[in-house]
Amino acid sequence: MHDVSAAHDESKGQYFWVWGGLLFLTAVEVLLAYEQVLQPVRMLEVLLVLSVIKAALITLYFMHLKSEIRAMRWLLMISVSACFFLMWIFFFPDADRIIHLGVK
Amino acid sequence: MATVQHAVPQEAYEPSLFGTYSKKIGMWLFLASDSLTFGALLFAYSYNRIANPAWPTPFGKESIANATVMTACLLSSSLTMVLGVLAANRNDKAWTRNWLLATMFFGTAFTVLHAMEWTKLMGEGMMPSGNPWAATVPQFGGTFFTLTGMHMLHVTIGVIYLGVIALRKKFLPILLVLWLVGWLATPAQSVFHYGIHVLLLGAIVSAIILFLKPKDYDAHDVEVSGLYWHFVDLVWMFIFPLVYLMSTKVR
Repeated sequence: MHDVSAAHDESKGQYFWVWGGLLFLTAVEVLLAYEQVLQPVRMLEVLLVLSVIKAALITLYFMHLKSEIRAMRWLLMISVSACFFLMWIFFFPDADRIIHLGVK
Repeated sequence: MATVQHAVPQEAYEPSLFGTYSKKIGMWLFLASDSLTFGALLFAYSYNRIANPAWPTPFGKESIANATVMTACLLSSSLTMVLGVLAANRNDKAWTRNWLLATMFFGTAFTVLHAMEWTKLMGEGMMPSGNPWAATVPQFGGTFFTLTGMHMLHVTIGVIYLGVIALRKKFLPILLVLWLVGWLATPAQSVFHYGIHVLLLGAIVSAIILFLKPKDYDAHDVEVSGLYWHFVDLVWMFIFPLVYLMSTKVR
């Protein structure tokens, strides 16, 4: 039987560091929103990058994906990422096209 | 009911292709499918946000501060959840229950703060079919309420799930009391007067599960419930910046 404790041999301290990192990244996001130095599209890109980093921290450490075997890790990541990529190429070029059509 | 234990030789089963137990693989598959549901909603919201330069920006400092506290609640709940999983791995039942209860507390705080935010926005005239800030962008209310409502539903289900794992049958009367208090305390015209019935539905489903298949939940069950909870936290990491921070009015 799969031994849960053997798979998660990380120390508690590591989880506190990840939690602190997530709070820090959230603070950076809020600061960016308050300063409003970026245009909406650029702001969306920056926020998405920060969100992906936060999601990766949660998935790898809190959800213990990094402790799973390689087949499980890659199958999950590739399948979900491929679906999101397909959504991306369908939606965003069209949203961008509408902006460049000059709809104000 | 007496159950017959059949002796099964270890070599009768092949090891899992993914090196783990089936409940966890099942939860990962569910989360992969659920991530596509949220992905579609987030893409729809982002599409509308980018394609509409007149997108309303109703979230002032108070709303952003509220949403930031909500985010901190969910992040803290993930920390307490992972500590609960560690305690379950040590077979420390008391601390497993304590950490799960702490997680439920943060989850409940998140839901209450979110409900207050919804009430405030609806008080200002925001509806799923329109909003008072930008008449040319009626889809703001629809996308906002669908996305955040779907997430709020997931958090509520998560709190009930953790309550069942932590307290088993003892959780049922607590859930019913919360439903009754919530139902009586919310004004009849509030959307939450009806929304609170999710707790009643949760109590009925939990009762069916707890009475038809009573068991002591082990470390695997705690870990699988933790996967669900962290996923709910993960989704909010996208909703918070896309919905709130992209629509700020701080100057």
